[in-house]
Amino acid sequence: MDLMSFFRTKKPATAQTARDRLMVAVAWQRDQDGRHNAGPSYLPQLRDELLAVIRKYVQVADAAVKVNVQHEDGLDVLEMNITLPDSKAA
Amino acid sequence: MTKIIVTTSGKGGVGKTTTSASFSTGLAARGKKVAVIDFDVGLRNLDLIMGCERRVVFDFVNVLQGEANLRQALIRDKTYENLHILAASQTRDKDALTLEGVEKVLNDLVAEGFDYIICDSPAGIEKGAHHAMYFADEALIVTNPEVSSVRDSDRVLGLLQAKTRNAEKGIKVKEHLVLTRYNPERVEKGEMLSVKDVQDILAIPLLGIIPESPSVLTSSNSGVPVIADAMSEAGQAYTDLVARFLGEDKPHRFMTYEKKGFFSKLFGG
Repeated sequence: MDLMSFFRTKKPATAQTARDRLMVAVAWQRDQDGRHNAGPSYLPQLRDELLAVIRKYVQVADAAVKVNVQHEDGLDVLEMNITLPDSKAA
Repeated sequence: MTKIIVTTSGKGGVGKTTTSASFSTGLAARGKKVAVIDFDVGLRNLDLIMGCERRVVFDFVNVLQGEANLRQALIRDKTYENLHILAASQTRDKDALTLEGVEKVLNDLVAEGFDYIICDSPAGIEKGAHHAMYFADEALIVTNPEVSSVRDSDRVLGLLQAKTRNAEKGIKVKEHLVLTRYNPERVEKGEMLSVKDVQDILAIPLLGIIPESPSVLTSSNSGVPVIADAMSEAGQAYTDLVARFLGEDKPHRFMTYEKKGFFSKLFGG
């Protein structure tokens, strides 16, 4: 048995199937629960980094950058809103 | 400050009670004053896993209904005198618990100066599970690397974020992933979800990986929490988990498969 598995190169990748199926099942469940309006876990970091980049060019308030993910027609849409300060001030 | 910690999973049979027993024993071994409460009214099992089933005189429901006081109902562990067990009622129905009643018992335990109160949740997401998690400051999410367990754990995470006292106050319940029955060999073969897979899906910090281990069964046979079996991988993994919980920097073990050599195979090492 073990000798056979040694020579067998193609491994059953059912773990990958499990992972893919779970991703979908869990996303659906979170939608049902009304969870994850907060979006994926990377969003806060993405927002912070965007804020840092924008601040290289324009001084904006913390609340000036808004990032969220929305589901539209079966697509995940990453939406970003960046409010620039009043141009009169510049 | 007393910390209330729920051991929960949604799915049954994943190792909640095993984890509650070893976690509370481990904390007690580190000198903490610990109470562990079985919330599975009608199907109590923590007493068996902790080996105190013959010493249950009064239970959780007796205390709630004023038939016994808390001190009478708390069973002192045979190894650690700073560890106390509150058994679930085996005869009453599960409606015997109320949120107010649970709160009163927890407040009394806080007044007694316990460092940690571990609430061992029943399976499911019904009343018993709700009672067990409602007052929690932190949660151990016990998960097997298997699709139904992971999905159920995610469901429970949703409840922890919405239906707990802390959540209602806008405070986040601190979540810890406890991945049990992990088999690195099968993970390497691509037959089992990896730690990373489960973490990617649940997106909560990993507290410990408990490898699949024959000693979990044998320890339960004799009513000794598996953490007491220092020779077993599961026991060591729980000891590490407790240390990590207390803030020590312990690298995760038992994540990778070590091929057994010819001799250890021969001699069953």
